[in-house]
Amino acid sequence: MTLNRRAFLGTAAAATVLSAPMLRAQGRPKVVVVGGGAGGATVARYIAKDSQGAIDVTLVEPTRTYYTCFFSNLYIGGFRDFSSIGHTYGGLASEFGVNVVHDWAVGVDRDANTVTLASGGVLPYDRLVLSPGIDFKDGSVPGWSTAAQNKMPHSWKAGSQTQLLKAQIEAMPEGGTFAMVAPPNPYRCPPGPYERISMVAFYLRENNPTAKILVADPKAKFSKQPLFEEAWNSSYTGMVDWIGPDFGGENVEVRPDSMELIIDGEVEQVDVCNVVPGQKAGRIAEMAGLTAENGFCDIVPATMQSRVDENIHVLGDATNGGDMPKSGFSANSHAKVAAMAIRGALTDSRVFPAKFSNTCWSLVDTENGIKVGATYEATEEKIAKVDGFVSQTGENSALRKATYEESLGWYAGITADMFG
Amino acid sequence: MRLASLLAAALSMAAPAFAQTPIGDADAGKTVFAQCSACHEIGQGAKSRIGPHLNELFGRKAAGIDGFRYSKSLERAGADGLVWTLDKLDAYLENPRVLVSGTRMSFRGLRKKKDRDDVLAYLRAFSESPANIPEAEPTARKVEVELPPEVLAIKGDVAYGEYLSSECKTCHQLDGSDAGIPSITLWPEEDFVLAMHAYKQKIRIHPVMQMMAGRLSDEEIAALAAYFGSLE
Ligand SMILES: Cc1cc2nc3c(=O)[nH]c(=O)nc-3n(C[C@H](O)[C@H](O)[C@H](O)COP(=O)(O)OP(=O)(O)OC[C@H]3O[C@@H](n4cnc5c(N)ncnc54)[C@H](O)[C@@H]3O)c2cc1C
Repeated sequence: MTLNRRAFLGTAAAATVLSAPMLRAQGRPKVVVVGGGAGGATVARYIAKDSQGAIDVTLVEPTRTYYTCFFSNLYIGGFRDFSSIGHTYGGLASEFGVNVVHDWAVGVDRDANTVTLASGGVLPYDRLVLSPGIDFKDGSVPGWSTAAQNKMPHSWKAGSQTQLLKAQIEAMPEGGTFAMVAPPNPYRCPPGPYERISMVAFYLRENNPTAKILVADPKAKFSKQPLFEEAWNSSYTGMVDWIGPDFGGENVEVRPDSMELIIDGEVEQVDVCNVVPGQKAGRIAEMAGLTAENGFCDIVPATMQSRVDENIHVLGDATNGGDMPKSGFSANSHAKVAAMAIRGALTDSRVFPAKFSNTCWSLVDTENGIKVGATYEATEEKIAKVDGFVSQTGENSALRKATYEESLGWYAGITADMFG
Repeated sequence: MRLASLLAAALSMAAPAFAQTPIGDADAGKTVFAQCSACHEIGQGAKSRIGPHLNELFGRKAAGIDGFRYSKSLERAGADGLVWTLDKLDAYLENPRVLVSGTRMSFRGLRKKKDRDDVLAYLRAFSESPANIPEAEPTARKVEVELPPEVLAIKGDVAYGEYLSSECKTCHQLDGSDAGIPSITLWPEEDFVLAMHAYKQKIRIHPVMQMMAGRLSDEEIAALAAYFGSLE
């Protein structure tokens, strides 16, 4: 009797598992997300929240506190304190049931569908999402490597690098020189270097007004250029010397030990040198074999699936994002499309057309904000721009103040959208 | 005679003390009120829309209109005993979030004392007693866009709206708090639809919102309105 009953129960349970063809192995479908930044935190939160427990979500992120690159320039300018740009993962775990694993992903086995962690752990997945951000291209700036990042910080990943750069700026001698080596396209946050220049100029104007800023830039044109130049001319008159490729800005070399920056053969002795090198997708994307020749990952716009492996979605800065710039806003936007597509594939939830958007605010002086934005749609070939706008030169101070206040609202909004 | 004076005495006891204090210029206040009228109605027949109606506001308990979906913060303030007296209204209008930190009222505040005095005088004229509410039009909302009835009649697909709303939530907070970007939760669906079409037709001027609304179909706008109206 007891035996029969047990056998009957066992059969019923087995039948249930077999009759759910979506489920690989036993239990709920598994999504593993690598990288807990703008793309990864958002996608983990949306899948966990909207699937209401039907999908098992694991987020792999080495750091316990994520410092946003967005608003890190405002910290450098003195408009934010450091702790205000730090966010933790407690809410994702407790409110939404995401398994947060603080570790590095060190390998992806695309045949076995598993991710290996630095600790040796192995995570199986039905779908894998990679949002690892960027790494730097070797040899992009002669004389610089990550080994030199304490002398010449990049501060293009936020955290201790950001604090280091601020400390170096504060320690500059009176009338000293801050230099930046700006990155070639494509790179994370097109207006970022120029917002940073504005924020450094703001700090120096207030604290070290005879100091100089030197920018060596390999690009002839950059994002929101007329707006930034307007601010540099009116707010920081005579402080910023921008050297484009016509004057050798693409031909640079650095000597970190002697704090020298060589532009087109001419040696400049500088006090701070912020080197923002050329970029590629975060290393794990390359290790997984997903990167194209330019170092970033090609994706299917409607779902953000890798063109190489349909079980892997790639988000954010690591992608070849078509017309979309590499920004936190974009990564967050990618994440929502991917979350919708992944839920559709693993459960029976509805699938909708992909919609993407981006807006990047920059602060150029006290209560003086500017912005640029666009909407996008998925075509077969790429994420294609639909419509856009940009702030104008000569806008009045009330509008610039409103734009700045809006950016504060956006920061509060997107970080709540990422971390709950 | 005796009865009349008794009645008068009773009335004056019932009437709060504010009735006696002059504040500002109610006519000037009507102009100031134009800023409020995108969300609030006042006058005969006024109804709650994006914000609660403002008849008989003076002396009303905070979050005091049954059936209106207030923010949690305002509910809490009401439960803690906040009553809309002249002083409290003055403080609220100067900077809403200083008095009620989590209010969904997306309004930066009236920094000028005179503006506050005038608009409070105007508001008070509608607070005396229900019978005395001035005959004037219920300060109708500004009609920004005329939409064909079939567009207003579209029944929004809430599930689609939820997906589309993920794009709004990059900036707008779901709980309706406003740290620099206004609240859009729990609006009446029609107001939401009208506002989005006003952006789409570039009658409302914000460039980000014109761009976002510009590529939404009538069905998509209805879906968003249905979703944001259905929260909680
Ligand atoms: C100075 C500056 C200013 C900026 N300002 C703005 C702005 O105003 N607005 C805006 O929208 N964007 C801005 N950005 C851009 C924005 O920060 C990035 O575009 C955004 O963070 C990209 O998101 P992501 O998910 O691709 O990468 P990230 O946010 O960088 O997240 C990647 C995460 O992956 C983790 N990771 C990497 N490798 C592994 C691995 N092997 N295993 C586990 N985890 C791993 C990292 O620790 C990291 O937390 C700015 C950037 C900079 C540098």
